[in-house]
Amino acid sequence: MNAMSDIDSAVSLAPVSRREALVRAVTEIGGARVSALPTVAGEVAFELTAGGLIEVCRALRDDPRCAFDTLIDVAGIDYLTFGTDEWNTHDATATGFGRGVVGRDVTRHTAEAKVDALTAERRFAVTYHVLSVRLNQRLRLRVYCSAGEPPMVDSVVDVWPGANWFEREAFDLFGIFFRGHPDLRRILTDYGFIGHPFRKDFPLSGHVEVRYDAAQGRVIYEPVSIEPRVLVPKVIRDDSRYAPSLQQTPLVGKPNV
Amino acid sequence: MSEIHNFTLNFGPQHPAAHGVLRLVLEMDGEVVQKADPHIGLLHRGTEKLAESKPFNQSIGYMDRLDYVSMMCNEHAYVMSIERLLGVNVPLRAQYIRVMFDEITRILNHLMWLGAHGIDIGAMTVFLYCFREREDLMDCYEAVSGARMHATYYRPGGVYRDLPAEMPKYQPSKFRSKKEIDRLNEARSGSLLDFIQDFTDRFPRCVDEYETLLTDNRIWKQRTVNIGVVTPERAKALSMTGPVLRGSGVLWDLRKHQPYEVYDQLDFDIPIGVNGDCYDRYLVRVEEMRQSNRIIRQCIDWLRKNPGSVMLNDHKIVPPRRADMKGDMESLIHHFKLMTEGYTVPAGECYAAVEAPKGEFGVWLVSDGANKPYRLKARAPGFAHLAAMDEMVRGHMLADVVAVIGTLDIVFGEIDR
Repeated sequence: MNAMSDIDSAVSLAPVSRREALVRAVTEIGGARVSALPTVAGEVAFELTAGGLIEVCRALRDDPRCAFDTLIDVAGIDYLTFGTDEWNTHDATATGFGRGVVGRDVTRHTAEAKVDALTAERRFAVTYHVLSVRLNQRLRLRVYCSAGEPPMVDSVVDVWPGANWFEREAFDLFGIFFRGHPDLRRILTDYGFIGHPFRKDFPLSGHVEVRYDAAQGRVIYEPVSIEPRVLVPKVIRDDSRYAPSLQQTPLVGKPNV
Repeated sequence: MSEIHNFTLNFGPQHPAAHGVLRLVLEMDGEVVQKADPHIGLLHRGTEKLAESKPFNQSIGYMDRLDYVSMMCNEHAYVMSIERLLGVNVPLRAQYIRVMFDEITRILNHLMWLGAHGIDIGAMTVFLYCFREREDLMDCYEAVSGARMHATYYRPGGVYRDLPAEMPKYQPSKFRSKKEIDRLNEARSGSLLDFIQDFTDRFPRCVDEYETLLTDNRIWKQRTVNIGVVTPERAKALSMTGPVLRGSGVLWDLRKHQPYEVYDQLDFDIPIGVNGDCYDRYLVRVEEMRQSNRIIRQCIDWLRKNPGSVMLNDHKIVPPRRADMKGDMESLIHHFKLMTEGYTVPAGECYAAVEAPKGEFGVWLVSDGANKPYRLKARAPGFAHLAAMDEMVRGHMLADVVAVIGTLDIVFGEIDR
């Protein structure tokens, strides 16, 4: 069993040095196209420039120090409302707090998202989790999509065939186009669905609802009648227990200053 | 001469062998599959989006409903990702309880799989046997959490409560004789651990029973040997994990290679297949049930000897005891804040994966420092397996499609999310 001996030899090394070796290898392979991201729990994460995605991924798969043979996951993310809370608790009023229903967050009620120049550049990102079964190591890669509609990024299906459905899902839910994908169709939403439901400016209750119409004798779509509401407002607290980690972790999604 | 066309066959979504709501569009040449195009999403509930609108603890119950035959394993990945972001460690006793219930869940899942897979390809009896044993394990779930399936038992910081000292018993009923009820209550006379111990004593013989029905069964082998063969290289390239990957002969199990909780303290083996066909995947899963049984027994021994706390004592994350709330103002405040607002998780992201019965179930959690997740992505093993389905069934007969669906162990709760 070749696979067994490989894993055993990898495990016998101390975890810290293995992590550092991986960081060094990825930095060498990627050069200027990669930059390390802060992580917790001993994970390794890098940000990639969109231009070098395919080349770097192929190198990460083929390089013997990395050997990332399995793509575990591809996930889209929308940074539109990152770090904005729904209920500001800094200035208390004489009448006390409301229920936080009229929030500042665009996620809940309004469709017109105020996308400023900063977030438009770095609004959508795609995250890849890769795994090396041979060397028993993991890596997370993040790449920002090109600004504009639709956001675009290269497809890694040629590098890892398993990316096919994961990319279809990210396309369906976030509207991210994967250049070079062989079969970019919707996958999870309904046939004929309009919009991309996991975007932060897509309301939780959706836009349409269905019911059976007895007069027409068929199922019809109507604008949604549910009143959107927030049960628990989103609050961000600067918890003193996490102060050190807050200082060393720059907010993801915003440019590192 | 008449022209011969391929024809398109619609399979499911309302088909007993579609394991829920799989719609397959099959392009057939006679009875040979040329192309399979699974249409999924009929069970899409937007779990990940819903989780973004709720405090962290309120989404644990949604995790149960992802892969609804391996409930606690999903919870496990979710609470583990929160714990890693919070940077907290779980009490050792809670870790053992989690491992024990992970393995109970694995047996539950594999029994469900074995029964359903058997019935799909013609073995009726094994289904009844499997569900008989599942019932006992469901009782364990119920004893510990109050729910037979959707337990919401794991919480960030530990598990909801300690193992109960006594099992619920069958009540007198006009549908069962007294003798029958006494027999059923015999194993339930002690604690939950006694009940599980009794189960682990019986269970290896039950697995033998399933094996006598299937392993050397000529029909079973005709239906599974050399069907849906996946090479080890291809399995890795197609993002396969779990028993499907191991069936192809790749030695990879997160419990051994990236151990979480106390798996590195326990003694168990990882079975792997040789040919990567449906039959090998069957053998791998059957052996995994035996190994899970071994793990459960070790956990029982440890749990008997080591009483202690099963929950973190940090009331910024974990609610205080109900009794404390009545007299202690601090506890009342903690409880109120945790129930109305929840706790905030430091900004950052992490990926936590467990070896769920179906493969690697992972949760990628992004927090922006709020009391709700900013983004949650559940990595479902079945999603990647079903994606590989087209490649596995090409060139096989229509009847083999059912065997391949069965062997992939797909559950739509986790695929559609």
